[in-house]
Amino acid sequence: MADPRISIIEERLRNIKHIIAVSSGKGGVGKSLVASMLALILARKGFNVGLFDLDFTSPSTHLILGVEGLMPEEDKGVIPPLTNGIKYMSITYYSGKNVSPLRGSDISNALIELLAITRWNSLDYLIIDMPPGISDSTLDLLRLVRRVKFLIVTSPSKLAFETVRKLIALLREMNFPIIGLIENMDMKGSPYIREMAERLRINYLGSIPFDFALEDALGDVNALLKTKFSESLMKIVDEIYN
Amino acid sequence: MHEWALAEAVASAAIRIAKEEKLKSISIVNVSLGELQQVDVEIFKFALSEIKSNIPMLKDADFNVKIVKAEFKCRVCGYRWTFRREVLNEEVQEAIHFIPELAHSFIRCPNCSSPDFEVVKGRGVWLESIVGVK
Ligand SMILES: Nc1ncnc2c1ncn2[C@@H]1O[C@H](COP(=O)(O)OP(=O)(O)OP(=O)(O)O)[C@@H](O)[C@H]1O
Ligand SMILES: [Mg+2]
Ligand SMILES: [Zn+2]
Repeated sequence: MADPRISIIEERLRNIKHIIAVSSGKGGVGKSLVASMLALILARKGFNVGLFDLDFTSPSTHLILGVEGLMPEEDKGVIPPLTNGIKYMSITYYSGKNVSPLRGSDISNALIELLAITRWNSLDYLIIDMPPGISDSTLDLLRLVRRVKFLIVTSPSKLAFETVRKLIALLREMNFPIIGLIENMDMKGSPYIREMAERLRINYLGSIPFDFALEDALGDVNALLKTKFSESLMKIVDEIYN
Repeated sequence: MHEWALAEAVASAAIRIAKEEKLKSISIVNVSLGELQQVDVEIFKFALSEIKSNIPMLKDADFNVKIVKAEFKCRVCGYRWTFRREVLNEEVQEAIHFIPELAHSFIRCPNCSSPDFEVVKGRGVWLESIVGVK
């Protein structure tokens, strides 16, 4: 007759002020880095922040933030544990280092399960790290979380931007708000993405340079916060506020 | 206790459907529990009885809970088999309890070792039907 889990999702997200999905049509453009660092920066500003890794088959935010040895507490559901001031939820609590070879319907089911049982309680921001592209997870999010807003990440490449253009078209067609576009891994300072954003009337939030120091800082939050990547993202966050 | 969260979902879905069907109150709720999720039936029923007592529409309802055996079918070789909890260690049982899809991380086709199988039935919580008074 009905999947009972769907009915409780809205209730579980009720006390969250802003739900932000960090998304892109393209893989490997820095969604997970942006989502993790955005959560961290907002938490350091004193906001109550959650981070939800929705990339079930290739999760990476736990590696970026150096999350180890944590497990959600069980209390009428599961309570995401705190790491660096962020309420953090990821499938890796349960899958560990094992591979999760999931098909689309399995991804949907796992997503519904976690949305139905996770108790975020009140949050100012829930940041969601999305898998690349516009398939099951994106469509499920659009179906199940009507209040989600999108922060879109692209690299400077046309190839990335063309996939982002499609994502933007879908979100507009379905009337989902787009906070804006972040250009990541900038190397040449080309105006291409900014101009394309203007043409599409998408808020260009700023660019983040390609940062050779980033790799060595992965897993160490204090080191990450000192990178150029982080500095640029902080400017973008301030921009979103003003 | 994560059974509680699932029980809340069942209560909330039953109420939503009763409202859609313009029922004044609910007398019976039929729920099936897929074996793969390994829900603790006693805790689940206890949670349902606690939750329903606070909801006028639901307070006289009987909950019938049926367990459905979990069955898998390999997408590669077509082999069918059933879930055997006892061969999994406790950590794996718990992972599958929270997210039944993680069966694909820990269970393999007994015939060809593929992780690409279908859970034909018995995955998790399902609201089968409700009976109520108009
Ligand atoms: N500005 C940058 N400078 C240098 N390296 C970067 C930058 N942004 C991201 N990276 C690196 O690029 C790789 C991809 O980043 P990330 O995993 O965040 O991308 P993604 O969009 O989440 O990928 P996927 O689509 O696979 O989820 C990572 O190794 C990351 O450390
Ligand atoms: Mg990613
Ligand atoms: Zn097989």
